Amino acid sequence: MSGQKHLLDVRGLKEYFPVKSGMLNKMLLKAVDDVSFTIDEGETLGLVGESGCGKTTVGRTLLYLYKPTAGEVYFDGQLVTEKNIGDFRKDMQIVFQDPYSSLNPRMTVADIIGEPLDIHKLYSSKKERADRIAELLTLVGLNSEHANRYAHEFSGGQRQRIGIARALAVNPRFIVCDEPVSALDVSIQAQIINTFEDLQQKLGIAYLFIAHDLLVVQHMSRRIAVMYLGRIVEIGPAGDIIGSPVHPYTESLISAIPMPDPETARHKHRIILEGDVPSPLRMPKGCPFRTRCRYATKECEESRPELKEIAPDRFVACHNR
Amino acid sequence: MSDYNPNIPPKKRPFSLQLDPAKFEPATDEEKAQQEVMRESTTFFRDGMRKLFHNPLAVGSMIVLLVILVTIVIAPLIVPYSYSGMITVDGKRDKSAKNLPPFTYSKLEQQAIDNGETVFPHIFGTDELCRDYFIRVIYGARVSLSVGFFASLIVLIIGLLYGSIAGYAGGRTDLIMMRIVDIIYSLPDTLMVILLSVVLDQLLGQSLQNTALASIGPNMLSMFAVFGLLYWVGMARLVRGQILSIKNNEYVLAAQAMGAKPGRIIRRHILPNCMSVIIISTALQIPSAIFTESFLSFIGLGVQAPMPSLGSLANSARQALQAYPYKMIFPAVGICLIVLSFNLLGDGLRDAFDPKLRK
Ligand SMILES: Nc1ncnc2c1ncn2[C@@H]1O[C@H](COP(=O)(O)OP(=O)(O)OP(=O)(O)O)[C@@H](O)[C@H]1O
Ligand code: SF4
Ligand SMILES: [Mg+2]
Repeated sequence: MSGQKHLLDVRGLKEYFPVKSGMLNKMLLKAVDDVSFTIDEGETLGLVGESGCGKTTVGRTLLYLYKPTAGEVYFDGQLVTEKNIGDFRKDMQIVFQDPYSSLNPRMTVADIIGEPLDIHKLYSSKKERADRIAELLTLVGLNSEHANRYAHEFSGGQRQRIGIARALAVNPRFIVCDEPVSALDVSIQAQIINTFEDLQQKLGIAYLFIAHDLLVVQHMSRRIAVMYLGRIVEIGPAGDIIGSPVHPYTESLISAIPMPDPETARHKHRIILEGDVPSPLRMPKGCPFRTRCRYATKECEESRPELKEIAPDRFVACHNR
Repeated sequence: MSDYNPNIPPKKRPFSLQLDPAKFEPATDEEKAQQEVMRESTTFFRDGMRKLFHNPLAVGSMIVLLVILVTIVIAPLIVPYSYSGMITVDGKRDKSAKNLPPFTYSKLEQQAIDNGETVFPHIFGTDELCRDYFIRVIYGARVSLSVGFFASLIVLIIGLLYGSIAGYAGGRTDLIMMRIVDIIYSLPDTLMVILLSVVLDQLLGQSLQNTALASIGPNMLSMFAVFGLLYWVGMARLVRGQILSIKNNEYVLAAQAMGAKPGRIIRRHILPNCMSVIIISTALQIPSAIFTESFLSFIGLGVQAPMPSLGSLANSARQALQAYPYKMIFPAVGICLIVLSFNLLGDGLRDAFDPKLRK
């Protein structure tokens, strides 16, 4: 896109899962298909889309937790490959969606947070390790006396903080936050989101912030990318996307945001999507959204729209916009 | 509404379906403080042990097993009879000590007692070959228990190796390995056990002569082989399933994202999380091995005479069941006690240590 150096530059990322259909047939499930985006130092890119559209897969594939089918990931200008990913593990981290299954039930909090320290040998004495663990616990708003407890003794919100502390242990420059609040109560969500923001201000970490709640993403991010069935359909500055969505899918997502003020809500026109979500195994020809799109035309059936720049830093994949 | 006082609960209206507020009382400060205190920190192991020792059935079966274990270790040191030889009185073989009821003496022994000698009582009486029945039951229990332990050990080792290879490797290797398991699983196992022990018995019997293993007896060895060949499949399936499900947990992904090497992931994340299930199932394997051994011995394919096992004792007692019913009771009760205790203990272990049942 532009010539300036980005912290993270993802180009043409694809992740196809082989899935069995029937006895011997194997089909490819295109969970992520040709996704490109960039993230700058200390910036947050929000990634939204409905369940199953491939958000988690994007986050995991760019960290090489899944082997990408195709595409390149550049971190700080360097190409990341399967061979050298070990060198980047200290810089790129992830916070998981499910605070229950992401912490090993057989390890104490100190061991969970201490594991990245052990792996990268980030301390010279036992005391230094314990001090660093206590420091991390305080940083995410937990009591450092909890270090010797087991994860199952904590609430969901507390566990998510432990997961954040673990990701922070190696001083990463970039964290994939995979729906870090969707499993939590609304009141706790706000606390965790504030924790993320504080950390960004203090430590200058860049986030890929995945969520399906647009309000949360808008609050967190400078830019937003909207995904539909494995592709990015619209990407641009957060305010513009929320204020004047261009892609029909984004439009319907935004019309579905619950309004805090009943007066505005009454005047709001809500677009209800009709038609079914196509199976990711049998993607329709042409525009993947056309089965549910109000503006679909003949052209949409024939060719797939590519991302076009419609305004500075604003890209949309639609024929009729 | 202006005189609303939060400390006085409002009255319930006669037909209201709401809960009666008067039945509730405000929490005291002490109770509120109690809510905030977190549950006592315990390790997984200690927590499990605490639960195990609070389970009366598990504790009872542990006591029974302990008593049995102590008895079979100590009794042969105290009782002056051997399981294979005839009873002797003053160095003479006592032919009159045949089929004695419990706690009775033969004519020769009675004479010896009258002469002022002490004769150790026959607690369970004697059998038709003038051997002390108590010591035979004790040795039978020894054989049964050791078969149970070693067979489970063999099953554990083979199943653990096979299952973890299939689970880790995945893909085609897993597919082929698990089809083999399916085939073995679908064989009618009782029939296979009988066929295998007949065949192995003859094969081993010839090749073992004059080796150290001969003293264990080809029957016993073929029994271990049967377990090794047939019963590991259940364990292999269990281990593979455990590893597959743990491999996909997010904490394993998290460890990968940290840069942990496979060895570390296996050691720190996968093994500790499937160990309890594997240990529990091994504990439950023991009674089933004991039962199979008793059954094989009962139909005459088990341990070699004169070595007794609980099953073969029950079998020989069957022939004279009407005349000497007590001879059937002792080994039968022994089998029941051992199998039942292990099963109850295994259940107790599962309740205490299975992560899926934890509260
Ligand atoms: N390991 C896998 N093997 C096969 N298919 C997979 C795998 N992981 C994900 N998928 C499929 O890929 C698609 C995208 O899944 P993904 O988890 O990325 O969705 P998501 O956008 O994160 O959804 P959610 O909001 O529910 O978390 C889904 O159709 C899913 O079934
Ligand atoms: S390309 Fe056509 S079908 Fe696709 S979103 Fe645009 S108008 Fe709708
Ligand atoms: Mg997801």
